[in-house]
Formats: sequence, structure tokens, C-alpha cells
Amino acid sequence: MRVITVAGPPSVGKTSVVDKTARLLKTRGRRVGVVKFDSLATSDDEIYARAGLPVAVGLAGNVCPDHFFVSNIDDCLTWGQGQALDMLVAESAGLCNRCSPHVQGVLAICVVDTLSGVHTPRKIGPMLKLADVVVVTKGDIVSQAEREVFAFNVRLANPRAAIVFFNGITGQGATELVHHMENAPSVEGLEGRRLRFPMPSAVCPYCVGETCIGRDHQRGNVRKMNLEGPGA
Amino acid sequence: MSRSILSRTIGELSASHPAMADFFIGVSGQTPKPDGSVLSWLAGVGEDRLSQWGMDRDQALAHIEALAGQIDALRSSAPPEVRALTILGGINKQGQPEDLRLTLRPGELVSVVGPTGSGKSRLLGDIECLAQGDTPSGRRILVNDAPPAPGLRFSTHQKLVAQLSQTMNFVMDLSVGDFIAMHAECRMSGDVGSLVSQVIAQANKLAGEPFGRDAALTQLSGGQTRALMIADTALLSASPIVLIDEIENAGIDRKKSLELLLAREKIVLMSTHDPILALLGDRRLVIRSGAVVDIIETSEAERANLTALEQLDQTLMAVRHQLRSGLRIDSPVEEMLPWMR
Repeated sequence: MRVITVAGPPSVGKTSVVDKTARLLKTRGRRVGVVKFDSLATSDDEIYARAGLPVAVGLAGNVCPDHFFVSNIDDCLTWGQGQALDMLVAESAGLCNRCSPHVQGVLAICVVDTLSGVHTPRKIGPMLKLADVVVVTKGDIVSQAEREVFAFNVRLANPRAAIVFFNGITGQGATELVHHMENAPSVEGLEGRRLRFPMPSAVCPYCVGETCIGRDHQRGNVRKMNLEGPGA
Repeated sequence: MSRSILSRTIGELSASHPAMADFFIGVSGQTPKPDGSVLSWLAGVGEDRLSQWGMDRDQALAHIEALAGQIDALRSSAPPEVRALTILGGINKQGQPEDLRLTLRPGELVSVVGPTGSGKSRLLGDIECLAQGDTPSGRRILVNDAPPAPGLRFSTHQKLVAQLSQTMNFVMDLSVGDFIAMHAECRMSGDVGSLVSQVIAQANKLAGEPFGRDAALTQLSGGQTRALMIADTALLSASPIVLIDEIENAGIDRKKSLELLLAREKIVLMSTHDPILALLGDRRLVIRSGAVVDIIETSEAERANLTALEQLDQTLMAVRHQLRSGLRIDSPVEEMLPWMR
């Protein structure tokens, strides 16, 4: 089974990208399933179900969505194997630009949109910098020049990734993305595999339910801003 | 690890492109010593800084190498040459074969006509991804009489196709001059200052109302926006093929715009419902039910009609101008149309 992780900031069009691409793969006789990770609620599973794709949903609730992802992805593989899938796509919530749910030896796709600003590629962390394919959406509503500048900045932020322009409404770009997905490595299980980059080590009272503001409540892994000195 | 990275100093690498200098400063939080090597620099960067940046040491080293490779490739890459673009028929929406073998050459303008939903965008989409029988239409696209190598088809920096559509807008919060300079810098060749002046001068030849380099990109009128996009695509985009999805009549000289693109030896395909634009083409493809069903060469009689249609268009534009200027529109319109009398 080929496994593909898809991450990206909220509202960039991850679901449209996966939906359009999975439909194209389906017409080629591939059995594609999707695991949708989100934080509090999602109805995206209905979109996948409408396309006739097996779908599972994981809601992180009050747990960090990316930590939730890592804790469950191996079980998702077992689910996919039970569904006899050729390809399993794990779509993450990707909320903080810092985490990277990408796994070593598993095709990693990062979705970003051209409306987010030219400097965005520089600001997104390992989620973009360590991806194999960067999918750029909403290119149809900005100028060709802005598309080219955006792609250029993605190349500088992640010089190894392939860049695919994708129109989430028409599906233009799906053929190209399918090409990359069909070349994804096959994976039997993820037990023992490693994330491409460690997730933040943030264990502080607020992680476990503290709600009160103030120095007395800040213990454990606390980082303070430097508001003094030059430039502050 | 290639020797070239390890044998170059931090100073040499930083000088190769601002993005490289930004990377060193971004990771370490300070300007590195220019005469040091990459390995000595990396050894001096703390775990904490790397973790904040989101890379470990091996990933940082691989990143520097890949970035240096990209910068070299960008500097040396010439625009891909397309002498011929051939479209081979696939199937229509009913699955019947499309009888088509059409070759387009640089400097040629072809219009694409057909009702909404007939498959005009799909044809442009097939060309954009250089389809090889792997899109719903089953069409195949040949470049210079051969299927494109996968490297070219899925290349990131050698895009063959630029697009221009009426749904496109500028969204960046920058001045015209700063933005065009930013685009020119992506090409990594030529004199940026002079390219910016050329693009703005050219755009002003196409737009009715002139604008300067200090104008905000997002404040341009519809016509100015379209004019700037066309001038920029003609002068700064490396792509030899331009796909146009309708140029609306927004106060720009559409004929001059197309002439500008064609003068740059681009192959232009334009989907349109507008007779004046369609007849400007050498040929037009008629699309029905997902397939090209006819190719019409623009005849002499059609070209003669084009002249009359252009007069009609100019008359309407003149009336529009009167309206905009707050004038009355009470003089007989027939008098402005000599052949109607």
C-alpha cells in the first residue's frame, strides 16, 4: 500500500486537492482511501464518501492535532490494509506551521495557497521545508506573475520539492499530482519509522489544563520573549 | 555531498543569492563569518537554533546543497524552446474519437470557441499539463514533434505555459515597481531596473489611463491590471506558450495586447466568445461536447467583417466614454456608423 501524508495551513484547499486527485486515481482503477484528521469537527468525510472513497475520521479534540496524528497513523495503516487499499491518503489539520506530520520514507505533500502572501513559503516550517511535493492552490485567481514569484519563493524555501499548481475547483493539476503519488514508496507498516522532524517539546502547565495567567503558573518548558535591548 | 558546497566559503555562498544569505542568518540568528566553511559554521550553530528553524544538521546541509543547485540551475537555464506544439485528438464526452492533429508554431494566434461547458477549458488544461492520454479527454500533446520528456512535463522551473484569465487579480500589497522588480529578480538575469521600466511603459501603451511605478498594485483599475499582466507576461515570463481565457473589454487595446505577445514569438491560444478577438486569430478551433469538431481558417470575408466589427466596437467605446465623462448621449448613433446609413 502506498501511503501519502497531506498537510497544510487551514483553508488552503487540502480536501479539494485530495478529492480531485483521488477521483482521478479511481478512474484508473486504484483503490484509494482517506483518513481525515481535524481538531474539533469536520464534514469533509461526506465529500470523500460522495466520491465513493473509503474514509475514516480522527478528531483530536483537546489534544494537539499533530501529536494526535502521530499517535494514530499506524492504526490508520492497519485500517487501510483491512480495506484492501492501494493507496492511503492521510490529510492532517496542520495548524501551527511548526509541526510536520511527514514521516521518513512516506511521500509528503504540503499544500499552500497563493493568496497567503509571497513570504509565506519562508514562514512555514518543516511542513513545507521537508515535503517532497508542494501543491500550490488558488493560482487561477492571482496573476501569472504572482504565481511565478510564489513558486520561486517555494523553491528557495524547499529546493528539493516538486511544485504542482492545482486548481481545486476544476481539478487542473491532478494529472501531475497523480504522477507523483503513483511513484510514492510502498509501506507495509509504520512501526519504528521516524518523523522527519521532532514536534515541539512543549510540556508546561497550560498543556495539561492550566488556565490562569501569571509567572507563578509558568513551569516546565517555558520560553520568554526578549522585550529589552536593541530591536525590542 | 558534492565537493562544491564544502569547498566554498560562507561568504561565497551568501553572495550567490540573497536567499542563501537569509538562510545562514535565519538558522544561526546572526551574520556568519564570511571566510568560514559550511561545516565549521554548522558546527557552531546550537541545537536550540536548529530546532527553532525546523531542521537537524543533516537536513540543513542537504538544504544548502539543494539550494546552491537550484541557484546554479536558475542562473544557467535558458527558456525552453518550442518550435512546434502539436495536439493529437482524444475522445469526446460520449467517448467517440476526436479527429484532430493540429500543429501550432511560435507567433501564431489560435482562438478556441464553443458554448459554455463545451470543453474549451479542458483543451487549455490538456495543453497546460502536456497531457499524454492521461486526462479525461485522452488527448496527447507533442512538443517539437515528440512526447515531452517527463523531466520537462513535470519540471518546476521550466514551465512551458503561462496563463492569463479574466478571473485573475493582483493580490499582493506592493507598488507596481517593487512587484515587477520582484518578478524580474526571479528570472535572475538582465538589468532589473531597465526591465521594470520596459514593462510599465509597455503596459501604459495598452491601458487607457496611464499609471506609474509607485501606484499600488491592488489599486489599479481593471484595464490597468489586465494591461500590466499582459506586458509582464510578454516581457518577463519565460514560458513560450500563453493560454488566454477571454480578455474582457476593460478599456485596454486588445489587438495591441495580442500583437505584443505574438511579437515575442509566443504561441497564443485564446478561448473567447468575442467575435473581434476570435477573428484576430489565424484559425479558430470549434469545440462541441468535449472535442474539436472544426478548424476554421479566418477568411478574407471574415477579416473584412472584422474591420466593421472593430468600428462598431469603437463606436460603443466612444459612447461609453461620453457616459463616463458625464455627457448626454443624444446625438444620433447612426451618424457614428457610416455603413448603417
